[in-house]
Formats: sequence, C-alpha cells, structure tokens
Amino acid sequence: MGCQSSHPSAIPELDEIMLETGFSQASVVRLYDRFQALDKEQKGYLSKYDLQGIGELAVNPLGDRIINAFFKEGEDLTDFRSFIRVLAHFRPVEEGKSNETGRPEPMNSRLRKLQFAFQLYDQDSDGKISRDEMLQVLRLMVGIQVTDEQLVCIAERTIQEADQDGDGAISFEEFATSVEKLNVEQRMSLRLLK
Amino acid sequence: MLWGWERYSITPSPFPEWATLRIERGAKEKNHPLYKPYVNGIIAKEPTSLEEEIKEIRRSGSSKALDTPEFELSDIFYFCRKGIETIMDDEVTKRFSAEELESWNLLSRTNYNFQYISLRLTVLWGLGVLIRYCFLLPLRIALAFTGISLLVVGTTVVGYLPNGRWKEFLSKHVHLMCYRICVRALTAIITYHDQENRPQNGGICVANHTSPIDVIILASDGYYAMVGQIHGGLMGVIQRAVVKACPHVWFERSEVKDRHLVAKRLTEHVQDKSKLPILIFPEGTCINNTSVMMFKKGSFEIGATVYPVAIKYDPQFGDAFWNSSKYGMVTYLLRMMTSWAIVCSVWYLPPMTRQPEEDAVQFANRVKSAIARQGGLVDLLWDGGLKREKVKDTFKEEQQKLYSKTIVGNHEDRSRS
Repeated sequence: MGCQSSHPSAIPELDEIMLETGFSQASVVRLYDRFQALDKEQKGYLSKYDLQGIGELAVNPLGDRIINAFFKEGEDLTDFRSFIRVLAHFRPVEEGKSNETGRPEPMNSRLRKLQFAFQLYDQDSDGKISRDEMLQVLRLMVGIQVTDEQLVCIAERTIQEADQDGDGAISFEEFATSVEKLNVEQRMSLRLLK
Repeated sequence: MLWGWERYSITPSPFPEWATLRIERGAKEKNHPLYKPYVNGIIAKEPTSLEEEIKEIRRSGSSKALDTPEFELSDIFYFCRKGIETIMDDEVTKRFSAEELESWNLLSRTNYNFQYISLRLTVLWGLGVLIRYCFLLPLRIALAFTGISLLVVGTTVVGYLPNGRWKEFLSKHVHLMCYRICVRALTAIITYHDQENRPQNGGICVANHTSPIDVIILASDGYYAMVGQIHGGLMGVIQRAVVKACPHVWFERSEVKDRHLVAKRLTEHVQDKSKLPILIFPEGTCINNTSVMMFKKGSFEIGATVYPVAIKYDPQFGDAFWNSSKYGMVTYLLRMMTSWAIVCSVWYLPPMTRQPEEDAVQFANRVKSAIARQGGLVDLLWDGGLKREKVKDTFKEEQQKLYSKTIVGNHEDRSRS
C-alpha cells in the first residue's frame, strides 16, 4: 500500500547507521527510499546492474569505477548499510566541529573524501597511483578524443609534478599535498534538502 | 449523453489542505518525525556546466596561471561528485513512480504519514472508503461492463454492413458512445481546450503517455484509428471486434520488432487522405505525468501532418499513472475506479509539419517541447525505455569531448616539457 515512503521502523539497524554515518533520521529514510527505488526487483540488495541502469550515471566517464566503489572485492551485491556508508563520505562537513582525539574519524572528513577520490585512481589498492593507472583514468575521461602520445605526455607531467620521493608514482600523501589548497570539503559534498 | 452535474467545473476542494494541516499538527503534538514529500528532488543542485566547475576547482586548488588547458589531479572530484549525485537522485528513475503530492487527498495510498492522528480525520477517511468502495465502485463496474459489451457487440454488428457512408457513420457513433460510457465508468472529468485544432483525416495524433486511460480520453472526443500490438484476453477480444468496423492498425507481436514493416503500414494508412487520423504515443511507455521523455522518431519520419496533444492529469483526485512494474492492468483499473475521480485537461495544439531543414529527430524534439510547454511538464531528453535498456554511448562521448577540451584545448598538442 502507498507510494514509495518507508516508515523509520522498517529500516534495519537505523540507530547504528545514524551513529556511524552522521545522517539525520529524515535523511536516512530518504536514502532508504532511494535504495528501494533503485532495487527494482525488491531483492533487498542492489546489484551493479541496478546502478548501471541510471542513465545519467552511465554517461559519466568514471561511472563504472564509482559503481565499483559500492561493492566489496569480488562481490556483486550490496546491502543498504554498505550503500549508505559510501554516501556518507559525501555528507557536508558541519561548521565548527572540532576533531576530537580518540574518536574515530568521521566518514565525511576531508581525509575520507580524499581517500574515496584516491581509490578511483588506485584500482589495485597498492597505495600508489602508477603511470599505468593514471593513463587508464585519463583514457576513461577523454574517450577517443585525445591521442596516446598526448595522454602519455600529460600523465608523465602530472606524476612529475606531484611526485616528491621520486618513485615514479603518486602516493596518497603526495596526492593530498597536491590538492591541499583545494576546498575538498565543499567539492566532495552533497547537501540533502531538508 | 452528458449528465447535468458534469457540466460544472471542479473547484478546488478545501479538504486536502485541511487534512494536511491536521496531520502536521498531530505529528508535532506526538513528536513523530514527519515525512515531507520532496517535490524538487532531494539534493541541493547547482546548475553549472562541466567547464565552469572544472575551472573553479582548478582555480581554488592551485596557484598556477589559468586559461591554459591542463590536466589536474583534482579534476576527478568533479566526476566523482556528479556520479554520486546521480546515484542519490536522478531525473529519470523518479518519473516511473507516482507523483508525490504536497497535500493529502484522503486516499491512504498517497499518504506517507498514515498513522492514527486524530479521530476526526480517521472518521472522514473511513467515510471516504465507504463511499468509494461501496457506492462508487459497483456503479462504475456496471458502467464499464456496459460500455465494453456495447463496444464489442456494436462494432461486430456494424462490421457486417457493406462498406459505405452508413457503415462509417454508425461505426463512428458506436465508438464515440461506448468510449463516453467508459469515461463515465472512471468518472473522468475532462476539459478539452482548443478543439478547433482537433486532428483531421490523414494526419497523426501524438500525445504524452501516462496510462492506458489516455486512449479512452482522446477517443471519446474524436474518431481515431488506433495503432498497437494484438494482446490476448479481453483486450484481444475488443481489438478484434473494433477492427471489423473501422480500419485500426494492429500488429502481431512478431511484427512489432520490424520497424520497416511498421513504418510501411503506417505510411500506407496516412497516404489515404480519407483514412482516420492515427493515434500514437511516441514515448513508448507510461511516464508519471511530471515530464515528457524522448519521442521515438518512427512516427515523425512518415511525412504526415502531426497534431500534438498534451494531456495533464490533476493528481488531487486520483493518480492516473500506471506503474506497470508494480501493478497489473486489472489492479490498476480497480485503483482507478476506487479513486475519487480522474480529472484531466487535454490541449489540442496547432498542427505541425516537418520543415525541410529538420530531420526526424529534431522534428520529434520540437513537437515534444511544444507538448511539454503546454502541459506544464518537464522536457527531458532521456529515453523512457531506459528503465529497460542501456543508454547510448553518444551521450558519454559528449561528456568526454567537453572534458578533453579542458585538458588539451582546441588546438593540436603543444609540447610542454
């Protein structure tokens, strides 16, 4: 009965999710509705196919990599808790919240946002962006519009500029340093309407 | 055939406003979190283009001189954020579920906060249920039964007549009468605008598609030739009967895939100027009446005059959208017959023809925009069939082209080392 709304009691582990992600109850309910709308066969899980069906995501050059970020290694299904954990990275940072030592790093901190972006580059998760990985991402973003030579040129120059310890690859710290002036908190945040 | 009380237009009832306020007050008293429908999407979006955003990111991130096309590590943030944004909320997925209303119309199917709030409200709702299910529903089912039987019997009888003026005259009036009875069966209150633009013989009538009821609504005001696939069951019986009296264009399931065959039969039909206007829904699927999606170009390649029609339902009295993945046809019709009423407006737009410099796709888009503008609907480029198929690569290439310009510019490569 009813359209697409869920009652808060229908959401499993609601309190843990709110604690872990920092989302308000209204936001969690809203995202749960979204989860169910995407889960067309009502499996209770999302598959990669469900996410690939979003037209606007399929035209995003990095669409497939973003989808993969929701799924654990080798798995093809994700439940609501894992789904909202990824989305939690994009929660806006609240003003004036001090970083208390001893508490776990909040999921939407600058560090976590940078780590999320880094993993889109670093597919083999070895903690470094190699020249090949850089080329792969560049190729995804430009398609057939740019020649190989130009891309190699761009990739090598980028690594040269960011690489500080001279190992020919960009580590996470080097990545973080190269974007330290950037307002990452704002660029990697999505504000849910109340 | 019009009953007296339907000549009066529907004035907005005060009940929905009152019901909504009552719910809000009750929720506050009991400290329940209230679910507010998001009519404008759930994310605060900034409408900037790809180039602008990437420039902004680079400007704030590095101290280098700008305006030289260069790749930056931070460019990835743009695609990342856009991607997650569409996962949270995209334009297409929400068009395939019923529209969310700001105020409650006393139907529990549209109420998200349906819990016990107050005695008065529940009594009112209960009364509504009683009226709708025990009084209106049997009346409507009786009417529907009458309408459909008359249609089948009437058209079969007319089919036995020899071809000529009498047959046409009778066929037209049998069709119109039966469709009008069906309209009563749904208590559809329709306002037709600009009836002087009604489709003429030899033309094609295109309209936005929300539910199978669209056909009944248009066919009760004009005599059309229908196009469609032959179904089994009751639909099939009706289809086989009506084609005896009037040349509708029905296809077997296997023929539907053959685009050339479809185009050929349609062309043959429209070239005969005495033939009835064809009724087509170019979206190919039911959308929830908040937007118009991509029109399939097939009907626009034939070269006939196109008569666009915009249909807009008023969701206050009953939501007409058919969510075919959620409800079967029978469940859907029962839901329609237990709503208060189906209220809609139909606008007949002036006829359009394909200009020499346009191709079929541009013509289709032009017609689509006209319909969207008139009906107050969002004009989307996406294909309604997206819910079943994958999107074309050309859209992705556009994004890639735009992005490439920001890293290599418009000229050939200049060596930078």
